[in-house]
Amino acid sequence: MATDHKVKAMSGPNTQYDPVEVSALDPEAVAGNVRDALAAAAAAGTLDELKAARLAHAGDKSPLALANREIGALPPSAKAEAGKRVGQARGQVAQAFTAREAELAAAAEEAMLAEEQQDLTVVPPRHTLGARHPVSAMVDRVSDIFVGLGWEIAEGPEVESEWFNFDALNFGPDHPARAMQDTFFVEPADAGLVLRTHTSPVQMRSLLERDLPVYVAAPGRTFRTDDLDATHTPVFAQVEGLAVDRGLTMAHLKGTLDRFAQELFGADLVTRLRPAFFPFTEPSAEMDVQCWVCKGSDPACRVCGGTGWIEWGGCGMVNQNVLRAAGIDPEVYTGFAFGMGIERAVMLRHGVTDMFDIVEGDVRFSKQFGMEV
Amino acid sequence: MRAPVSWLRELVDVDPAARGEQIAAALVRVGLEEEGLHGGDITGPLVVGRVLDFVDEPQKNGKVIRWCTVDVGDNGQRLTEGKPQEIVCGASNFAVGDLVVVVLPGATLPGGFQISARKTYGHVSNGMICAEDELGLGEDHSGIIVLTDYLADQPELLARAVPGADAIELLGLGDEVVEVNVTPDRGYCFSMRGIAREYSHATGVDFVDPVDALRDAAPVLSHGGYPVRLEDDAPIHDVAGCDRYVARIVRGVDVSASSPSWMQTRLTQLGMRPISLAVDVTNYVMLLLGQPMHAFDLAKLGDEIVVRRARAGERLTTLDDVTRTLDPEDLLITDGERPLVIAGVFGGADCEVDETTTDVLLEAAHFDPVSIARSARRHKLATEASKRFERGVDPLLAPAAMQLAVDLLVTYGGGVADPAVTDVGEPVLPAPFTLDPQLPARLVGIDLGEQEVHDALLLIGAQVDQDPHTEPVSAGTDAAGSDPDETVTDQPHTWTVTPPSWRPDLTNGPDVAEEVARLRGYDQIPSVLPQAPGGRGLTAAQRDRRRVADTLAQQGLVEVLTYPFVGEGSDDALGLPAEDARRRHVRLANPINDQEPLLRTSLLSTLANALRLNVSRGAKDVGVYELGVVFRPRGEGLRAPVPPLGQRPSAETLAEIDAAVPDQPHRVAFLRSGDAEARGPWAAARPVDAGDAVALALAVAAALGVELDVVQDEHAPFHPGRCVRLETTDGRLVGHAGELHPRVLKALELPARVVGAELDLDVLSAVGDSTVVQATKLSTLPVAHTDVALVVDASVPAADVARSLRAGAGDQLEGLELFDIYRGEQLGDGWVAKKSLAYRLTFRPVERTLKTAEVSALRDRAIAAAASATGAVQRGA
Repeated sequence: MATDHKVKAMSGPNTQYDPVEVSALDPEAVAGNVRDALAAAAAAGTLDELKAARLAHAGDKSPLALANREIGALPPSAKAEAGKRVGQARGQVAQAFTAREAELAAAAEEAMLAEEQQDLTVVPPRHTLGARHPVSAMVDRVSDIFVGLGWEIAEGPEVESEWFNFDALNFGPDHPARAMQDTFFVEPADAGLVLRTHTSPVQMRSLLERDLPVYVAAPGRTFRTDDLDATHTPVFAQVEGLAVDRGLTMAHLKGTLDRFAQELFGADLVTRLRPAFFPFTEPSAEMDVQCWVCKGSDPACRVCGGTGWIEWGGCGMVNQNVLRAAGIDPEVYTGFAFGMGIERAVMLRHGVTDMFDIVEGDVRFSKQFGMEV
Repeated sequence: MRAPVSWLRELVDVDPAARGEQIAAALVRVGLEEEGLHGGDITGPLVVGRVLDFVDEPQKNGKVIRWCTVDVGDNGQRLTEGKPQEIVCGASNFAVGDLVVVVLPGATLPGGFQISARKTYGHVSNGMICAEDELGLGEDHSGIIVLTDYLADQPELLARAVPGADAIELLGLGDEVVEVNVTPDRGYCFSMRGIAREYSHATGVDFVDPVDALRDAAPVLSHGGYPVRLEDDAPIHDVAGCDRYVARIVRGVDVSASSPSWMQTRLTQLGMRPISLAVDVTNYVMLLLGQPMHAFDLAKLGDEIVVRRARAGERLTTLDDVTRTLDPEDLLITDGERPLVIAGVFGGADCEVDETTTDVLLEAAHFDPVSIARSARRHKLATEASKRFERGVDPLLAPAAMQLAVDLLVTYGGGVADPAVTDVGEPVLPAPFTLDPQLPARLVGIDLGEQEVHDALLLIGAQVDQDPHTEPVSAGTDAAGSDPDETVTDQPHTWTVTPPSWRPDLTNGPDVAEEVARLRGYDQIPSVLPQAPGGRGLTAAQRDRRRVADTLAQQGLVEVLTYPFVGEGSDDALGLPAEDARRRHVRLANPINDQEPLLRTSLLSTLANALRLNVSRGAKDVGVYELGVVFRPRGEGLRAPVPPLGQRPSAETLAEIDAAVPDQPHRVAFLRSGDAEARGPWAAARPVDAGDAVALALAVAAALGVELDVVQDEHAPFHPGRCVRLETTDGRLVGHAGELHPRVLKALELPARVVGAELDLDVLSAVGDSTVVQATKLSTLPVAHTDVALVVDASVPAADVARSLRAGAGDQLEGLELFDIYRGEQLGDGWVAKKSLAYRLTFRPVERTLKTAEVSALRDRAIAAAASATGAVQRGA
């Protein structure tokens, strides 16, 4: 505490005084107080030190505050001068402390920030994204394409009745194509149940459940007794398309396939139909999509083998017997259907060369694709 | 089916410039998918050589090689010195002076095998003397080709075999073989006759059916042939097993004569092995015409042939030396008693032509496709014959095929054919059908005029008759010069179409539409996008599944798709109790892997495989998830009826089918192992724990807008003390979450402390989709906090306490936060069995700021509710 000046006990206003006795108001003393205060402010190296200095030099008991109180005891003629002197002094001191505080605060903040510096290139793996399986993501993508065309997405069971899987689709019990399907049968042998060999049973379920016209795509899991190798898997996914309406022709089938191929593989691609056979379509066709890599220009193309075309699936006009099995008059309605493999689409579109990667469940495989394909 | 180009050229006018590639492309256009292109890949020099000299040189490895000098005419690379070619040969079936086939440096053999002069066995061998297999001529690798033997029956070729002559041309090695895939409806294309016909359809070139000439040459039906009886007492679907049987006898055949090399080459080109003259002739006729035939040793037959069904328990030893128990549905060729052949499928060992045979009886028959297909499948004998019969053989073909077979056998075996012919039965021909000639245009979407339809039908061999009530079609089949408008009316009218005998697949209008379209060319079909009437987008359940999949992926887990097959031991590994419903599986009759004949009843059972794979490949912190169905049988002994084709089953039948199809609920499951937060400069590791599993499960539900109650539970395969049941607020079971039982982890060979959950998506969807959220106006009044510590029995789940606190506190409770659990002596008497739960309650008033006393009152109501529900006592009270 400053003790340079003797503090006298205060009394009431006094008209009889000797101004000289009021030493605190002495200009020299005030100037000294100011000097001391400014020096203390400048000397404070931290905000805490500054706080203490401020208390001593600008606080209620600081010499200038005490001097201020003495002003009241002066005769009116002296008050103005002394008041001005002390007021200016206190203002100067307060300003100095404020300025010093700002300096110290800025320095403290700078020091804190410097201390808190962190290497944010070290990223903790806290909010890592997982991944969808590309086959599921492809199913979603394909579904979106058809939803965009105004179609709906239909579903059916994976363990399916033989009737829906075969007979409803015009595969008679002794049809060679039925034997060619490598079917998983459910025990007992006469249960009439199989693991569906294709998504085509959803055709019949859709026709039985829905009002005409029907435009549905049916992605889903399918099963055949193939051993797993680089290009085959006993469990795979297909997408089925079915449209039944008045006046549908193979031209509409081709138009739909063209659009589908363009959405999935490239805007300027077309498809090609080749005569084929399926029990549930007549006429039937195999469909190829134009090679989106070389468009037939590269005899050594890795994707199409140089043919310019990539086999993509089967299709055709819905067999009249299938319409009849759904109770639909084939004289009034016609329809088309198509089906293709989802894994094949993933392999072709994304350059996957080994089916094992698709089926094994190694997370590194899905992580290459992220949330969508 | 393989078609050598050279053979095709004999049957149809193939453009001389056409290569295999163009021929294959033409066949693709009419529906024969290209499977491959073989041969034609030898490039010379491949020449005839004459062995001038050789030295046998024994080698250290025990082999003896021959160091040969071979005269290769003007082709020897040391010709300037007048020296013949020096070649090392590993074979020894030749002598000095023999004519052989020599491949010289610079040539390429099948498979891209390039020949160069190379040092071997201490000599520089300038090429190689070739065996059959090295040239793709056959499978023989027992020795090199000695042309004098190989071309013995083709003297005109042998005459040209002089040293230096081009062996590619001489042996027909330049021939390409086109391989096409024949769809099940086109059985007639399992013959060169059929392929040639299709080629003519594809290109418009002339085709002359080889059957026409043979049919003319075949003797008319005569009496006195070998007796054959067709006795089918159990026809399948009322169709006779055999509706035609033609038999002829050739006597005095020299069975030791080998079939001509051209025939052997063709058999080899088509993938069949030459065996003996009689067998080769029948195979050759089959490949050319499509009629499977059989050759019997007449001496081993009885007095007659009877075609009948097998008797129960009857057995037959077939040519592969397997004794097969026959089924009463099997159609047999017998001598009345003894089974000789499974008709149309496979021959028996008893009556085959062998080296002692002199008289041969040839069979050309027509069998019911269904009967043959069933026998072939039953005995797992997919033979060249059964393949053709089950797809339909031309029922009028037998006499012509027989004529060719007899001719060949006589020519090359030197026998004499009996004049008498056996021809019994009445073959059933493809049935005529009615055609609306407008239908092809209506289905195909091309303007197909009736004349075009008519011409197409005639071109493929059908007969077309105008139905009586309509005007006749022009008799002329040649469209040129006839105006379709004159010949075809606009009136509604129909035609009667009689398919050709070889086209049993043509049965109705759409079949004709395909014929017309493929003759016009599928590439003529325009592309028109149909306008669907506008759908309703994805269903709510479909959207939900996507959202769940995305939610888990966003939480860092990776989607996998596992096979749904599990083994008998799977339920035990999961520790399922004996009576657990998940032990009732759908079982496959023919699983891929005998160890896994069951379908999963839980996703976790197969998802574990994916986790194990990742861990075994070095992944430590792994999260995997799967969305899929599980299979729950609806009951024992359920059978799905199989109603007939082509008509809508009754509602009852459809209901019966669906009742037998197992329940297949959609599920989601996930598993996590390792650390939830990895160790690093930022912090220590935090291993995943059961709480992560519960929180993730709740996040999945929350993503669908479903709030779940968490109830402590014991449920396999989870740790009994670390498992919760998740229920909807109205008590419907959604699934379980927690840490897997240590025993289960051990049995599944998974690392310790794996956590996971399995949830029923169908239940979640049903709840989420039935709720339409109604928004509440937000209060902006300040919140008031109050803390409470409650002592309960250690066994009381915190969720129960929280639930009752929430219920007691009422609507103004905005937050309830468990901030501490204490167990210890400070809880006083019986502290061992107690725990203290410290909660912070946050109230958000709706109408006005709460006074302290009001907050206390609300808190006391909450405590009272917890007390009555869980026995909670306020700590310190």
